[in-house]
Amino acid sequence: MKFTYLKALGTSAVISLMAASSAWSAECIAPANPGGGWDFTCRQIGKILYDIGQVDAPVQVTNMAGAGGGLAFSTVVAERNEDPELIVAASSATTTRLAQKAFGDATADQVRFVGAIGADPGVIVVAADSPYQSLSDLVEAVKADPASVAFAGGSAAGGFDHMKPLQVLKAGGFDDITAVKYIGVDGGADAITQTVGGFTQAMTGDMSEIVGFIKSGEVRALAVLTEERVPGFEDIPTAKEQGYDVVAVNWRGLYVPGGISDGDFQKWADRLQAVADSAEWKQAMADNGLAPFTKVGGDFQSWIDGVIAQTEELSREIGVIQ
Amino acid sequence: MEIFSNLALGFSIALTPFTLMLAVIGCFLGTIIGALPGLGPSNGVAILIPITFSMGLDATAALVLLTSVYYGAMYGGRISSILLNIPGDEPAMMTTLDGYPMAKQGRAGDALVISGVASFVGAFLATIALAMVAPYLARIAYKFGPAEYFALYTLAFATLGGMASKNQAKAALASFIGLAIALVGLDNNSGFNRFTGGNLHLSDGIDFLVAIVGLFAVSEVFFFIETHGKDSAVGVKLGKVTIPWAEMWSTRWTMIRSSVVGFVAGVLPGAGASLGSFMTYMMEKGIAGDKGGFGTGVAKGVAAPEAGNNAAAGGALVPMLTLGVPGSGTTAVLLAVLMTLNITPGPTLFADRPEVVWGLIASLLIANVVLLLMNVPMVKVFVKILMVPPAVLLPAVTMISFVGIYSLSGSYFDLVLMIIFGVVGYAFRKMDIPTVPVILGILLGYQMENNLRHAMTLSGGEWTYLFSSPIAIGLWIAAVLGFVAPMFLRGLLKRPEIRDADELVD
Repeated sequence: MKFTYLKALGTSAVISLMAASSAWSAECIAPANPGGGWDFTCRQIGKILYDIGQVDAPVQVTNMAGAGGGLAFSTVVAERNEDPELIVAASSATTTRLAQKAFGDATADQVRFVGAIGADPGVIVVAADSPYQSLSDLVEAVKADPASVAFAGGSAAGGFDHMKPLQVLKAGGFDDITAVKYIGVDGGADAITQTVGGFTQAMTGDMSEIVGFIKSGEVRALAVLTEERVPGFEDIPTAKEQGYDVVAVNWRGLYVPGGISDGDFQKWADRLQAVADSAEWKQAMADNGLAPFTKVGGDFQSWIDGVIAQTEELSREIGVIQ
Repeated sequence: MEIFSNLALGFSIALTPFTLMLAVIGCFLGTIIGALPGLGPSNGVAILIPITFSMGLDATAALVLLTSVYYGAMYGGRISSILLNIPGDEPAMMTTLDGYPMAKQGRAGDALVISGVASFVGAFLATIALAMVAPYLARIAYKFGPAEYFALYTLAFATLGGMASKNQAKAALASFIGLAIALVGLDNNSGFNRFTGGNLHLSDGIDFLVAIVGLFAVSEVFFFIETHGKDSAVGVKLGKVTIPWAEMWSTRWTMIRSSVVGFVAGVLPGAGASLGSFMTYMMEKGIAGDKGGFGTGVAKGVAAPEAGNNAAAGGALVPMLTLGVPGSGTTAVLLAVLMTLNITPGPTLFADRPEVVWGLIASLLIANVVLLLMNVPMVKVFVKILMVPPAVLLPAVTMISFVGIYSLSGSYFDLVLMIIFGVVGYAFRKMDIPTVPVILGILLGYQMENNLRHAMTLSGGEWTYLFSSPIAIGLWIAAVLGFVAPMFLRGLLKRPEIRDADELVD
């Protein structure tokens, strides 16, 4: 009986040890459960930082899921605002939600965005047997009858996946964007099954989500939303070359607490740049369908400000914010 | 036969001393994690992920360890369901309904053995099915759109009516409370938060693990305090464990039927093991009729949900491996591990990485045999953990519940919520309101609502869309039958009522 009690104690001690952060190493908060982009960002960047000798101890990864990253954001602002050894995984979803005030009263200027070192290009795909052969076919079909095309994506209404086709349609001169049908399902793969199954006509998501399905020939990518065609996927045309000037990439990067010194901020910017330049990161990007996209330091902050302003405007039009 | 050469490849990878050792360790840890209330397969796997990485395991070894824990937890969940009336994890919830009454009659050993064998049958058949038909079966997911899913969840919901044989109003009340709870959080279809009162902690909704631990484990503590342990569920004695061959044989068709239904429920993305165990239990209850005595402690009542949830656990691997769509919370975590190991599940995985897929299938078969040995002849080892005096056990269970729930999101808020659910659970049990439908309401509500609204978006508000495919129509017919048949039959037969499950429980 004593034995059992000790065992129970032991179990909980092990668990709490794993949950607690060590004072000696840097900590990366992934604002989501294990799996998915943010967790990947923390684990890969953390591992490479240690492997290339930028930090002395392995980076501790903490998963803090909640409110689509809002919980981690408000915790950092309220409780860890001056912690120089803290980094937090971020992506387009972070700025989209900040722009839409989805994190309560939180605003983007409460933290400092260090940089992005890779991006998952946005894509618009259809089932292999779809009649739509090009992005123009799809856009014209929506223009002719908005009810005839439904999009499926892995984010809730108003999320980044929803925004992508809306931006393309606007660029194609279609302004009645509230008429566009969109369903938000549980993740990109789910969105693809709905599209292959014929329940929706197109899927909007990230390149990494469709790689396997492209290879198996079940879906056809109509456009990738980048400046240039993506290395390794040269046969997928960009939206831009088809006449729709839209660039929407799901960047992978970090922010740090707003209250740290400029010196500490620069330290993280340099470290992140070192990761971006490493062969390990290039391999990790290739394995996961990420395209090169490096913006670090002050440049990144001003780019972020622009993206947020644009998202705010679009969100207002579709009515997810007043 | 290609499958045999593939399996040979798998066993050549999985049958090394090192991976075998990992399988045994994984099964052992998994069973303990499953047996402890508050820790289920998804936290079990999540907790072990950092260990896997720090040990530097390669892809196959990591998968062997983590899937052994996964299967182990599915086995272990039944132990506390039967002995404590507290489900060790959410899919084991249905096992409390007959498992605990059996334990109260002094037949805890029989219940453990039958459910252990049922778990084996379910998991074994599911693994075989996974090996043989996974690439073809993945196509099922393409046949299920919003209308079909909505009909499927409605079917599950409709059979809830037959769940309480005495007071259906109370069961209905409980399930509507569950549905109401499911509405809290971010609305996927508008992008707005609902019923969160501006609290960020609520915007992801209420995790049903929080609800289940609160309603079952924490409320048990309150009962214990109130009665000074007299009326508490804790403290069932386990005598000599013998194998009830005849009784086990009588459940053979139940096990096989439940394995099939559970597997299919697992294959459908989003349905998962909880739905699998629920549907199999209700199906067997329906087949047995009032004479079957479901809810009073019958062997079929523990065989059905255990075969069902273990088969579903195997089934959930199908969409995960072939489509990259996790069929349950645990497979979502496993999917994450695969991605981190640079394995991208999807339609080409079976062709691209046969060593991973077949190594995994072989290790699942091995884990299953190990688990059968651990959970039938050696079940007393695990039972010992739960057989300590309640005064020691309950604080320990409470502590583990708190730690387990805290590890979900690392936020104190879930702990507060869990205590609130504990108080609610205590009140419900005092008022004879069953708590299982609350959990099912939470579980089904989110998916039901989302799929209904997706269907309405796609059809432009046309209701007939819900009945637009043969699969959907079939499910609707089953739902109507599932709802009407029990009442109709009961009225027709005018049998004396069997006692309600909850009456026996408290």
